[in-house]
Amino acid sequence: MATDTLIAPAGATEEIREHVPHGKLVIIAWSGELDKVWPQMILATTGAAMGMPTTIFFTFWGLFSVVKDQVRITGENWMQKMMTVLDRPGMEHLKLGKMNFGGAGPAMMKHLGKQHGVASPNELLEIARELGVRLVPCQMTMDLLGLQPEDMIDGLEEPAGATSMLLEAQDAVTLFI
Amino acid sequence: MGTTIARTLDLKGLSCPMPIVKTAQQMKELASGDLIEALATDPGSVADFKAWCTATGNELVEQGEVDAVYRFVIRKR
Repeated sequence: MATDTLIAPAGATEEIREHVPHGKLVIIAWSGELDKVWPQMILATTGAAMGMPTTIFFTFWGLFSVVKDQVRITGENWMQKMMTVLDRPGMEHLKLGKMNFGGAGPAMMKHLGKQHGVASPNELLEIARELGVRLVPCQMTMDLLGLQPEDMIDGLEEPAGATSMLLEAQDAVTLFI
Repeated sequence: MGTTIARTLDLKGLSCPMPIVKTAQQMKELASGDLIEALATDPGSVADFKAWCTATGNELVEQGEVDAVYRFVIRKR
């Protein structure tokens, strides 16, 4: 095959894109900090709005953002409980990765968000559910952190493992945040 | 195909990703060929509406800016 046949003519990309079924989006939500959970939610809602079948897989610290806000302490033993005493789970209680200042940082960040018309992570999560984003908690991390199904927000899929996620991620845009 | 605007969306003051997300949500309620007008103040929306139309196959019929308000007219595919 001659090399020049591999070069697509100008403008071809957009034409092709219109006829290709929408690619999937898989977000591995590993972080539980406000400044990383926010982009998880922004990208998930945007992907769904673009017609991409979108899945968020919540694992490790990422799981804490889908624990109910009103749940104070989770876990079965003292080690698991201690983690949530030190770092309260729930979307409303996320800390900043930098400049947390004992909670003043997140409060300022949310205030700035409101000023600039940026939807809050909780609002975006609600929209993600409306748009049909699949929210999948990691079974292994739930066990590790001692999280019970009743600790988690409504609307989550059945917990799954790495294999299900890697299958889902085949031919998908995959982001680890 | 209609030539009148079926719906106008006021997205002024909203930041990424809400102008696109709200447009996508409203789009579901329209019929193929309908025109929707979106008014936004987010300068990023200029690139994002173009990208969104490319991704979804909706047609960006008109685009302009008056007094820092960006106006997009989109025809549903």
